[in-house]
Amino acid sequence: MTHLNLEDQFQAKIDAETKIEPKDWMPEAYRKTLIRQISQHAHSEIVGMLPEGNWITRAPSLRRKLILLAKVQDEAGHGLYLYSAAETLGANRDELVQQLLTGKAKYSSIFNYPTTSWADIGAIGWLVDGAAIMNQVMLTRASYGPYARAMVRICKEESFHQRQGYEIMMTMAKGSPAQKQMAQDALNRWWWPSLMMFGPKDDDSAHSEQSMKWKIKRKSNDELRQQFVDVTVPQAEYLGLTIPDPDLQWNEDRGHYDFGEINWEEFWNVVKGNGPCNRQRIQARVKAYEDGAWVREAAVAYAEKKDQRKLVSPKAQAEAA
Amino acid sequence: MIFKYLLQLGDNALILGHRLGEWCGHAPELEIDMALTNIALDLTGQARNLFQRAAEIEGKGRTEDDIAYLRDAWDFRNVLLVEQPNEDFAFTIVRQFFFDTFNYYAHQELTKSKDEWLAGFAAKSLKEITYHLRFSSEWMLRLGDGTELSHQKLQTALDELWMYHGELVQPNEVDLELAKSGVGVDLEKIKPLFNEKIEEVLSKATLNIPTDTWMQSGGKDGKHSEHLGYILADMQFLQRAYPGVEW
Ligand SMILES: [Fe+2]
Ligand SMILES: [Fe+2]
Repeated sequence: MTHLNLEDQFQAKIDAETKIEPKDWMPEAYRKTLIRQISQHAHSEIVGMLPEGNWITRAPSLRRKLILLAKVQDEAGHGLYLYSAAETLGANRDELVQQLLTGKAKYSSIFNYPTTSWADIGAIGWLVDGAAIMNQVMLTRASYGPYARAMVRICKEESFHQRQGYEIMMTMAKGSPAQKQMAQDALNRWWWPSLMMFGPKDDDSAHSEQSMKWKIKRKSNDELRQQFVDVTVPQAEYLGLTIPDPDLQWNEDRGHYDFGEINWEEFWNVVKGNGPCNRQRIQARVKAYEDGAWVREAAVAYAEKKDQRKLVSPKAQAEAA
Repeated sequence: MIFKYLLQLGDNALILGHRLGEWCGHAPELEIDMALTNIALDLTGQARNLFQRAAEIEGKGRTEDDIAYLRDAWDFRNVLLVEQPNEDFAFTIVRQFFFDTFNYYAHQELTKSKDEWLAGFAAKSLKEITYHLRFSSEWMLRLGDGTELSHQKLQTALDELWMYHGELVQPNEVDLELAKSGVGVDLEKIKPLFNEKIEEVLSKATLNIPTDTWMQSGGKDGKHSEHLGYILADMQFLQRAYPGVEW
């Protein structure tokens, strides 16, 4: 069987919507692309814990504090499933984490913006989790089995997050004038970065075409972005908040909202590391990793000692005899 | 009196939950991050139940959030131990282990409380607390009997926090009165169990048991360390800055 044949068979399987599983043959480029995509997603979950974790100690009610703690914990869980999914492709979690800490791997740029008020926790749930869902619903049908299955689980939790975020926004938008102002300010700051979450325009997207063919992406960046705008505008109207885009308007002919041009200079700048919090986010992860080294080492040393003791204990010897 | 007792229990849970929440996103590894957050969730949930009940008993129309967010430090009745800073993972584990050990025996006793609500609450919480104690005891062993460095760090944390563990089982007036009526825990009764468990785990963890006997106290009567003010400044910021609104 020639190499070309394998690749044809592989593509035929994908075209027939048969899931690719870890032990199946796959092109090296498919494996690499998936590892990159899944690990970036995992890193995003982990880094995403930081801006929201920032408000745990200041959550304004016990109920909100519990919801926020549970949400940030969910994100850690998402990171874990995704690292595991990447490991089924032969990647190693610790190596992937190293790539994050050294700046070699990317994560979602949205988390390089600061959470400066409580309303940001609402805006993130509503907009950022909302945008993530748009992306991830598509990924529940990704061609790679373990990834698709991880996404099913993750999507369910993300839609909880989205609803909880919207509920915070609702409470504040209907609250005191100061609360409403806080909510509007959060929307002003998070709207454009949320639209940027879908990535560059289709014409400028480096990986899109091949990923569509492999079905690890099923909709283009621009399609998803449009879908997000269409769903979110009525939600903002219901809140009585104004989306900070003077060009935003319903287009009867297209059956979609038209919206203004994204500031691509800002987008690429944040990708390159010049966002308001890029440095703090990585520094926080590096600090946690370095400060935790002695703890992880102790756990390994203790487990080894325990195994040793089992081996030399009289009971074990008697059993062995 | 039972109102004050509920606050003692609830404030311990609230303040320790707050401290654990500070770890969220910064723990030594993801699995530990999730476990610490889990404990924070359990404790904050317990505090919430206790405050709801306290508000009901008080009957002045206060809510759980009024109790958590609108009292100043002198009205907080948590022990000094739980307000001590996280410092590093060793401090966090020693603090947790002392507290969990106390909390475990206390809730075991509380399941027999003459107050039906408290007995039910204790039975429900005991499942969570049993898990907390397992988590913190296991980490005591891993760190104490792990590497030379982890042993040294854990010993330091133990030496520093030792003077705060006695208050957990040192009865104040509220404890004495509620023990007498069979509603609260008789601390004299659980003290030997508490001490035994601590000794057992410390020696398994190859640690030296500190010899100083002087114990700090006062938290249960509203005399706190400097740390509590900062905790409350964080925790109560929004409720204080924007009073009387829904969140
Ligand atoms: Fe997530
Ligand atoms: Fe989420």
